[in-house]
Amino acid sequence: MTLRIKQDHARFKDIVRGKIKQNLRKYIQKGELIGKRGKDTISIPVPSIDLPHFRFHDRQQGGVGQGEGDVGQPVSPSDEEGQGKGKAGENSGDHGLEVDVTLDELAQMLGEELKLPRIEPRGKQRLVSERTRYVGVSPTGPESLRHFKRTYKQALKRQMVMGTYNPLDPKIIPIREDKRFRTWRVQQRPESNAVIIYMMDVSGSMGDEQKEIVRIESFWLDTWLRHQYDGIESRYIIHDAMAKEVDRETFFHTRESGGTMISSAYKLCAQLIEQNYPASEWNIYPFHFSDGDNWSADDTRQCISLLKDHILPKVNLFAYGQVESPYGSGQFLKDLEEHFDGDERVALSEIKDKEGIYGSIKDFLGRGK
Amino acid sequence: MPTQLPPHLRDVQDEMKGHAKAFGLDFFETIFEVITFDEMNMVASYGGFPSRYPHWKFGMEYERLAKSYEYGLSRIYEMVINNDPCYAYLLESNQDVSQKMVMAHVYAHCDFFKNNFTFSHTNRKMMDEMANHGTRVRKYMDKFGVEVVELFIDRVLSIDNLIDIHSPFIVRKKPRSEEEEQKRPAVRELPTDKEYMRNFINPKEYMDAQRAKIEKDFKKAKRFPEHPERDVMAFLMEHAPLERWQRDLIDMLREEAYYFAPQRMTKIMNEGWATYWHAKMMTEKACKPEEIIDFADQHSGVVAVNGNQLNPYKIGLELYRNIEERWDKGRFGKEYDDCDDLAERRRWDKSLGLGRQKIFEVRKYYNDVTFIDEFLTLDFVREAKLFSFGYNKKRARFEISSREFKEVKDKMLQQLTNFGQPVIAVLDANHENRGELLLRHTHDAVDLDPEYTRATLSAIQHIWNRPVHVLTKTEGKGVMYGFDGKDHSERSAEYA
Repeated sequence: MTLRIKQDHARFKDIVRGKIKQNLRKYIQKGELIGKRGKDTISIPVPSIDLPHFRFHDRQQGGVGQGEGDVGQPVSPSDEEGQGKGKAGENSGDHGLEVDVTLDELAQMLGEELKLPRIEPRGKQRLVSERTRYVGVSPTGPESLRHFKRTYKQALKRQMVMGTYNPLDPKIIPIREDKRFRTWRVQQRPESNAVIIYMMDVSGSMGDEQKEIVRIESFWLDTWLRHQYDGIESRYIIHDAMAKEVDRETFFHTRESGGTMISSAYKLCAQLIEQNYPASEWNIYPFHFSDGDNWSADDTRQCISLLKDHILPKVNLFAYGQVESPYGSGQFLKDLEEHFDGDERVALSEIKDKEGIYGSIKDFLGRGK
Repeated sequence: MPTQLPPHLRDVQDEMKGHAKAFGLDFFETIFEVITFDEMNMVASYGGFPSRYPHWKFGMEYERLAKSYEYGLSRIYEMVINNDPCYAYLLESNQDVSQKMVMAHVYAHCDFFKNNFTFSHTNRKMMDEMANHGTRVRKYMDKFGVEVVELFIDRVLSIDNLIDIHSPFIVRKKPRSEEEEQKRPAVRELPTDKEYMRNFINPKEYMDAQRAKIEKDFKKAKRFPEHPERDVMAFLMEHAPLERWQRDLIDMLREEAYYFAPQRMTKIMNEGWATYWHAKMMTEKACKPEEIIDFADQHSGVVAVNGNQLNPYKIGLELYRNIEERWDKGRFGKEYDDCDDLAERRRWDKSLGLGRQKIFEVRKYYNDVTFIDEFLTLDFVREAKLFSFGYNKKRARFEISSREFKEVKDKMLQQLTNFGQPVIAVLDANHENRGELLLRHTHDAVDLDPEYTRATLSAIQHIWNRPVHVLTKTEGKGVMYGFDGKDHSERSAEYA
């Protein structure tokens, strides 16, 4: 029997969804959600959801408590939230609430709000791996899978019914009908069939603020792509004058001081694809973020030829996000524009500040590739 | 959902009922139902009434309860509904000793509902009434659309604390007939049987002054409302430009607000009473030797102090026990109060044995405010280690501000007054002669929360349909918050 409350609960969740969508731009800019991410869910602070009342100012009101302590000592809050009187809450003013939302739901909301088209995977094939699992017992099967205990039980039962069981000489001899065998079922599991290769310039000119922008943006790109594909892998490449592959943690927290040679990253990226991700089986998404400063025009030329010959033919989408920094010239974006204008596989975006992230996500994902 | 009480619990019920009766508790017939934790969370979300009108706020409450159950933060063992017959829900997964304790607890609650004066005007057929409300709201939703009705409910719920909690007990104003309203009372003359004395007994100056006064009163009476109206819900229901279904909705929600108010006005007393009795019945009568550890464990959970938070179960229980002891030993009255000798006070025992009788009397005639006002003594505050706390801006935290008896008691009373809600009344429904609504907050030491105030004003504006204002004080100065349907305003004003 379903509980009647489920209706009201569903209605409440609808309202929360509406509020989240309304405030999505703010969440995206602030990046505050990233820290609140659990395994599959994310807790989102939703503003002004409860019903307002005329009420006293918490901080002025204070209250009465019980226990040890001298005047001037802090009051220890309860470990249980808001139960009746004597609140120690400090969130006066913002009558909000934290709600858990699954990452899938969040991606859906992002999609609806930004009007993102669904991504059409390249090719029809989906990588599926098969796994066998033993799930049951059946009266037929190969000797090698005989279930000893069940077979024994069956034989014991039969002998007792037939009266051939002698407790003083407990011999159990199974016949063919007693035998029981393990059976298996083949389970199909979708393999990850998409890979995101994040590349970021970590040279001296990329400051903390720029990296924060990359972090926020990559969070949302990740959320959306994960929603679109059954399985997804992420690889991380950082570069200054040299490129190397790192883990996620290092990716966001490394700061180098050297110069910038973008080609090094593209070379590594091309190599990674070459070795691990055959284009026929994988949907490939290289995303590159930098402040647009490159060592030399020569290197830029090399980048462009790497893209043209080795990367673009294999990927679904190559995205370049240029984060504005006081030190960067921003030239690289112009160079790319010049060479790849109108190319469906290339998405370029300039991210001036955190407010620009919202538009930039749309630039990247708006074409459903 | 109804689950028949299993036979062994029926026996437990009979036993506990017998104990309760023997101790002199007097309750409505009580119907117990055993439900799962999920059903319990649902029932609790609906404030005890599974057939209530549909609204997302119940879904929100359910989410909160389900979460905190899931995380193991809290669980609800029992719910009891003020109704005749009383309904009580037991959690399926409780141990038998818990069910025993809960039943004892429930019978004491029922006794309190039935006998405490605060509840005397509550509808004892509220189960049915709530179901009626549910049907009516659903009917309106079918007719006018879920969202329209829900939005209106949202707004009305924003003012469901603006009721006149004492109004069931007093007549604030006499209804006047139509003729009376037009007729000015005549100036009364002092009678005399000697005509020539008349002008001396009733001098002209005096008579003129009287006539002027009557005229002035009459004009004043034309102000609307004549006296500040505390029942803002009723006022809006009667005077706001509303559709019939909207009036009906306010009427229903107001009825529910008045039904729930007594529970908010007697939290300490009611929980204290139930805790007192479950402890008494269990330890003196019902507990088997092998159950005592489990009972003690459960009971200590009920009266545990969480951080520095005041626990109404504990305070209530201890106050009743304190009163019982004082009246048993005669520690009250002028003689005792005037006694300065500490040693003698400690020894004081007149063996009056009036304790039990006294606490029964207290549970009948008091609510939390009067209970604390009368029975929270200096000795009690010291022994229970009560303190008042306030916010320290510099350190950005709540700190213990005093252990002085007077301050602790004042703070506590202030928090309990008007069931902890600000006192707000309709002052003028034709403010500035423009049909605007003026509310006035009776400022008593604590300011209103500005953000909530603005949000609430906008809800009221949507009901009143003309600009609305509330006059209050912030940091010692008069302030008028306003909302005209588009913009919020805030200006300094004379607080009178």
